[in-house]
Amino acid sequence: MVVPSLKLQDLIEEIRGAKTQAQEREVIQKECAHIRASFRDGDPVHRHRQLAKLLYVHMLGYPAHFGQMECLKLIASSRFTDKRVGYLGAMLLLDERHDAHLLITNSIKNDLSQGIQPVQGLALCTLSTMGSAEMCRDLAPEVEKLLLQPSPYVRKKAILTAVHMIRKVPELSSVFLPPCAQLLHERHHGILLGTITLITELCERSPAALRHFRKVVPQLVQILRTLVTMGYSTEHSISGVSDPFLQVQILRLLRILGRNHEESSETMNDLLAQVATNTDTSRNAGNAVLFETVLTIMDICSAAGLRVLAVNILGRFLLNSDRNIRYVALTSLLRLVQSDHSAVQRHRPTVVECLRETDASLSRRALELSLALVNSSNVRAMMQELQAFLESCPPDLRADCASGILLAAERFAPTKRWHIDTILHVLTTAGTHVRDDAVANLTQLIGGAQELHAYSVRRLYNALAEDISQQPLVQVAAWCIGEYGDLLLAGNCEEIEPLQVDEEEVLALLEKVLQSHMSLPATRGYALTALMKLSTRLCGDNNRIRQVVSIYGSCLDVELQQRAVEYDTLFRKYDHMRAAILEKMPLAEQDGPQADEEAKESKEAAQLSEAAPVPTEPQASQLLDLLDLLDGASGDVQHPPPLDPSPGGALVHLLDLPCAPPPPAPIPDLKVFEREGVQLNLSFIRPPENPALLLITVTATNFSEGDVTHFICQAAVPKSLQLQLQAPSGNTVPARGGLPITQLFRILNPNKAPLRLKLRLTYDHFHQSVQEIFEVNNLPVESWQ
Amino acid sequence: MIKAILIFNNHGKPQLSKFYQPYSEDTQQQIIRETFHLVSKRDENVCNFLEGGLLIGGSDNKLIYRHYATLYFVFCVDSSESELGILDLIQVFVETLDKCFENVCELDLIFHVDKVHNILAEMVMGGMVLETNMNEIVTQIDAQNKLEKSEAGLAGAPARAVSAVKNMNLPEIPRNINIGDISIKVPNLPSFK
Repeated sequence: MVVPSLKLQDLIEEIRGAKTQAQEREVIQKECAHIRASFRDGDPVHRHRQLAKLLYVHMLGYPAHFGQMECLKLIASSRFTDKRVGYLGAMLLLDERHDAHLLITNSIKNDLSQGIQPVQGLALCTLSTMGSAEMCRDLAPEVEKLLLQPSPYVRKKAILTAVHMIRKVPELSSVFLPPCAQLLHERHHGILLGTITLITELCERSPAALRHFRKVVPQLVQILRTLVTMGYSTEHSISGVSDPFLQVQILRLLRILGRNHEESSETMNDLLAQVATNTDTSRNAGNAVLFETVLTIMDICSAAGLRVLAVNILGRFLLNSDRNIRYVALTSLLRLVQSDHSAVQRHRPTVVECLRETDASLSRRALELSLALVNSSNVRAMMQELQAFLESCPPDLRADCASGILLAAERFAPTKRWHIDTILHVLTTAGTHVRDDAVANLTQLIGGAQELHAYSVRRLYNALAEDISQQPLVQVAAWCIGEYGDLLLAGNCEEIEPLQVDEEEVLALLEKVLQSHMSLPATRGYALTALMKLSTRLCGDNNRIRQVVSIYGSCLDVELQQRAVEYDTLFRKYDHMRAAILEKMPLAEQDGPQADEEAKESKEAAQLSEAAPVPTEPQASQLLDLLDLLDGASGDVQHPPPLDPSPGGALVHLLDLPCAPPPPAPIPDLKVFEREGVQLNLSFIRPPENPALLLITVTATNFSEGDVTHFICQAAVPKSLQLQLQAPSGNTVPARGGLPITQLFRILNPNKAPLRLKLRLTYDHFHQSVQEIFEVNNLPVESWQ
Repeated sequence: MIKAILIFNNHGKPQLSKFYQPYSEDTQQQIIRETFHLVSKRDENVCNFLEGGLLIGGSDNKLIYRHYATLYFVFCVDSSESELGILDLIQVFVETLDKCFENVCELDLIFHVDKVHNILAEMVMGGMVLETNMNEIVTQIDAQNKLEKSEAGLAGAPARAVSAVKNMNLPEIPRNINIGDISIKVPNLPSFK
């Protein structure tokens, strides 16, 4: 007996009736079993209904792959009802990764050439949503024919399908370029909208097409003018603005055509001025058009007066009560800040106001824009605002805000003291969110400002006494107290109120840091070394220090243990050298503490383990965890070691490295990866003005027969180096030597640490996912020395 | 281009999901969950724009959403689309749904998901805006629905009877018939509509 199958509505009703997830699963599994049986039996009458139900459960997240073949059967049927569901199923269930998708190509071809209009519409819609490169190549002639058909319904769909095809198969641009000129003469808005989109796509892909279409600028201007001056027409108007969607598309195309081209920009000037002044801004649609106009004015070579008008419009929008408008205004200003900096500066106060927004999207935009607006004349005021923001901003913005403030402070600090204060403030407010090199930068800065040693150590001591949980702050404070402990105890500093600090307090504080469970191993290392240094700076006997040092000689942490044992040895056997070894450090050179790394004790003495990784020192390289670059081991590789300048007998300068950077020589390229025709090459550049910087350009090429898609390259370097990956040029490499993907890596290596690079590649090739993780061998020495 | 169009209710249950770029099934479900998570955290009077989640492509892409009573309409777009324009597009979409379903409510969308897909397909195709003129869209949808009904044959007879009655043009029944000085008040008859 044939049980009548459920209608879609009934199934939905049943699913909604389920009270728990388990019940819902049960209902759906039962129904899927029926559907599968029905597909097996091949019942043509109810097939469309079964597929509709399957598509519904697919949306809820249940497996529906067994419906793929049914889509094909439904598409091939002659009934419209069947085709409708079949094509929908194809869009939802089939995509380029399944081989089955190619099977509908024939049906689409038949429907495009012989079907009635609604059927042609269905076929075009499906093709434009899931059409793969092969399908597009096969069906291009059919779509081309449909471009010039009389029915506007089919034509507008054919045009947008052509845009999709060009995206998939760029060579088809030559097929679809010629009809554009004629299509622009159409009056139907749908066709015009599609044509403008098509022309925009063509111009973005090829400079030749761009030049070709500059001819139509007058025509576009005319179309836009007609739209703007047309009276109220109910057909396409949204809130009184005639077809704002079409207006926005035309403005966007005009922007592309007028960029860097005097003549075209000239033609558009009047119209843009007209739109900018006459658009009704009381509703959203008008504002959308106005924004596009402003962006276009700023991008082309427009008259100065017009540009001023545009920026003022944006400034006005910043004060609008509607949050959406403010958001778009901030986004637009961010785009303009590079090219028209002074114009945007005028609106700085309003932008800073927006920092206080409760809306997270708006405050994020305002933060980006504020950071971009900081310059040497407004830096003090801006920093004040930004620091206030840092204290109250939502946690996901903290890291960006902190690093933004530090960067701006580095570039524009008016005085050293202000700079130190700013960094201190950031460390106390958002210490856990700052980047790793903030500590090194601050110690460098303080070291260089001799007149501020007393001041810095004071302030750091006070900050540390209040709170020992923020690790970067603790590390810097420990270092400072170690170095300048004598200044701290001397008690005089005219810039802060005098504070009597006695030795025991200082030692107690450092011991507290050592013992606290909140301190990272690296922080403990800093604290222990600081204690050791104080043994020469303080006047009392060193029993307390010696005690601490010997306790830590049996600490479980290997790093700390090694240090403690070495210091202990220093006390016991080499006491005569202690003062010299623990002297104040001279300022390290800006391009890395290369000059002061090399003083080492002779080989029989314990080595000072604070050596930053030294190029030719094999033991130091064991500090780097070479097997797993992604989580580096010892975190203190940035710690500059104490220096012994005097030739005290047994001390040997192992290396006497020159301070001047070596003359730049071109570094040879390196091929690092090859698999089935896919290659990865690295090329290296060391800019002479910044010796710590290394620029690596990664190029991925494809000489195989299959396209490489979804290509992602990730990299890791040792912890002492800093890596910044810029966005790749794309993620697809077409087959047979198609346009390669390039990506730029910026590596900062101030310590001249040996460069190691681990790469992880993921991509799809020949319909398979490929993942490769490997370390790059044979890196040329010139890339890091 | 528009990368995805999602409609879900206040509990995150999807009522419609259309992706214009190939994502695996798992990724699609994750995107729906991630988007719901991001959008439901928003207050009522903040702006309608959000940075996209990691799965949909990170900060280069935006989520533009509108909250109508119990439903969220979310369009995930990349940076080439005008944000305010998409807001208008959502509005046009909802108004079109309103016209096609006659005062659309959430239940209409739930029980007629396939019809919503068909309407959407007339407005957005391949991630690009196709048509924004409501009348054109509604005309097309009506024509296609008629085509389906005519194919339905005998099985569709009751449905056709109902729609025939609905479309019947009854002459306007006068409320008051005035003949000379006799005034007859016509009682309120139940409407067929």
